[in-house]
Amino acid sequence: MKSLILAAAAVVGFGTAALAQDNYPVRQVTMIVPFAAGGPTDVVARIVGDHMSKTLGQQIVVENVAGAGGTTGITRGAQAAPDGYTIMMGHMGTHGAAPALYANLKYDPAKDFAPIGLAAGTPILIVAKKDFPAPDLKGFIAYVKANEAKINMAHAGVGSVSHSTGVLLNAQLGIKPAMIAYRGTGPALNDLMANSVDYMADQIVNVAPQIAAGTIKAYAIATPERSPALPNVPTTKEAGLPDYQVSAWNAVFAPKGTPAPIVAKLSAALDKALDDENTRKRLLELGGVIPDKAGRTPAALQTLVESEVARWNPILKGMGEK
Amino acid sequence: MTDFLANLALGFGVALTLQNILLCFIGCLVGTLIGVLPGVGPIATIAMLLPITFNIDPVGALIMLAGIYYGAQYGGSTTAILVNIPGEATSVVTAIDGHMMARNGRAGIALGVAAIGSFFAGTVATLLIAALGAPLSRLALLFTAPEYFSLMVMGLVFAVVLARGSILKAISMIVLGVLLSTIGNDLETGEERMTFGLAFLAEGIDFAVLAMGLFGIAEILRSLEESESRDVVRRPIGRLLPSLQDLKECVNPVLRGTAIGAVLGILPGNGAVLGPFASYAVEKKIARDPSRFGRGAIEGVAGPESANNAGAQTSFIPLLTLGIPPNAVMALMVGAMTIKGIIPGPQVMTKNPNLFWGMIASMWVGNLMLLIINLPLVGLWVRLLKVPYRLLFPSILIFCGIGIYSIGSQPIDVMLIALFGLIGYGFIKVGFEPAPLLLGFVLGKLMEENLRRALSLSRGDPMIFFERPISAVLLVIAFAALAVALLPSIRRERDEVFTE
Repeated sequence: MKSLILAAAAVVGFGTAALAQDNYPVRQVTMIVPFAAGGPTDVVARIVGDHMSKTLGQQIVVENVAGAGGTTGITRGAQAAPDGYTIMMGHMGTHGAAPALYANLKYDPAKDFAPIGLAAGTPILIVAKKDFPAPDLKGFIAYVKANEAKINMAHAGVGSVSHSTGVLLNAQLGIKPAMIAYRGTGPALNDLMANSVDYMADQIVNVAPQIAAGTIKAYAIATPERSPALPNVPTTKEAGLPDYQVSAWNAVFAPKGTPAPIVAKLSAALDKALDDENTRKRLLELGGVIPDKAGRTPAALQTLVESEVARWNPILKGMGEK
Repeated sequence: MTDFLANLALGFGVALTLQNILLCFIGCLVGTLIGVLPGVGPIATIAMLLPITFNIDPVGALIMLAGIYYGAQYGGSTTAILVNIPGEATSVVTAIDGHMMARNGRAGIALGVAAIGSFFAGTVATLLIAALGAPLSRLALLFTAPEYFSLMVMGLVFAVVLARGSILKAISMIVLGVLLSTIGNDLETGEERMTFGLAFLAEGIDFAVLAMGLFGIAEILRSLEESESRDVVRRPIGRLLPSLQDLKECVNPVLRGTAIGAVLGILPGNGAVLGPFASYAVEKKIARDPSRFGRGAIEGVAGPESANNAGAQTSFIPLLTLGIPPNAVMALMVGAMTIKGIIPGPQVMTKNPNLFWGMIASMWVGNLMLLIINLPLVGLWVRLLKVPYRLLFPSILIFCGIGIYSIGSQPIDVMLIALFGLIGYGFIKVGFEPAPLLLGFVLGKLMEENLRRALSLSRGDPMIFFERPISAVLLVIAFAALAVALLPSIRRERDEVFTE
């Protein structure tokens, strides 16, 4: 029955495809956010989607389909009709780390999507409890290496950004501390503030308020340049760990097979949103990094996805579910 | 003190502008409505309303969203009392005695007491946040993994105390609940546990699915079986407002419930879910005639309802003072704030005093509104019960279906409430209580996570639970309570109650 409907839809769709592409969009567009409402990816999606709606002349409605590190929502998005009416906000986890973590992943980040463009990156910071006995990143590195056996690292669960970026940090430092898992960043931060875990690596939007309030310490930010939101935090390059460059990027994807003219329209709308003064201001307030013109194209996103999958695979392989 | 008054004055100045009063009212009204509708919870509603708040100023937006949240707590009790469907973990206990009161023809009084108790608790909690918000947030930092584990152990012991009838049955239901909570991805390794390779089990079973099935659907099945049970509720309702005698019986439970709920609500690890359970267990323990509990004891509604609302209110403390959301609704509030360019955290109080104090003042205004909205509506809600059941139950079923789908957009959830409904019906038939199962489910997850976390921190040394003072005290209380519950003399008494 399902295939019959699909076949019928395909026949009808073939005849009207050209027309549909010219008029696109004639109704509201659903953007799947594969995480709960209110999280960093959701906030980026809503800010960018708000402006894209104005350009497209149709509302972009955010649908939160959370689960399995974001892969539940992205699987649904990958299987949606490629007509431009279902798009999704993927991120570093779903389109970078996931293939290494989920053996039975039902999509290929590099092959099953029509990339639209990079929306915003949120830099990763190395943070520690405020009593951590080291004045700077070099002291921190020396301390964790010397005290590997009694050091605890917090993360927000296998598959989360803080887990992947934390494992990457540990791999680069060559240490294996006890990994303490939490359900989300909030409880992990709470224990960091309570001095019961030692350090973690997480997105700027999650940790900036606590750093500003002095309840936790920040040793470095893993981007090439300092963030205007935290001008006093040195980059990893300045602080002595230049290879630790990582950001939780968020990017818009459509299902594979979405017609090129529709992809172009969506990509142009995204580009326009990222040029908008108010949208930029809101993203920057979150500590986000907005890609330059060249970094926003579908082709640039495709390159990014391929390099991210290649990067995470050796580090994370075998750490997730079997 | 002058600071305190000046801050409150600032807050009321913000909260009492025409726009904010209106937004607060809308929030409370929407919240009450979705609270009453089984299944449609505040999480789904706030998520759906987020885009609308784009065009309102941040203070107004948050006042409205907060209104939805505590409005839903009020409304949720209504559904728990009238149709025995607890929309949230916190209204599970309200359903126990509240629904019995309704079946005894005292629905109006149960609703009235719930509203008055909630209002009182809300008022106290608002003052508490205003006066002690910042210092109290330090309490949150005293609670880390070992303390939470011990707190959950204590909670489970309370669940035994709370149960009616046979201790063996209660414990087996709790264990079943704990086991159900272990389904899904392992937090530490990401391995799937007991999912049989089924994708929808990977994230575990949702609380709402379990609660709606075991309580709601099962209750509908039971009611359909005995057609006369509804006539009990359709008898003349009598008075709606509690009598002086009723109020007198409620004063102390409300005071105790408020204190318990307010303290537990501050804990960022979703300690608020324990509030109503703890309050109920305390009321039952100190009651002169504990056998009335489970048969429509007014204290069993007044205490937990106050604890529930106090906890809902004080759970804003970790959010506003530490920037840490203690539960899913608060996480959404964080999202709403960040979309508005306000990063929640300790600096909100100094950087955006308008927002901080305006929101706190609006909570009291909102509570007053809820009392005013709800008391006249009590009559309306009660009249709802007079709708012939053959018309009422299909609408409840439909709302349950829509509600559960709106939470995660997963069709399988709708099937699962049907399955748990059948299981719950089976439980009723063989005389098992679903409440301890739900408590075991809620606490089991938290207990396991914190146990493993604590043991990771101590490198496997269980002494960590006794070396930390708060954890040790909680464990001692738990063991003492368990010993008392298991003492032979008391057990005999319980058995008598059961066989009555």
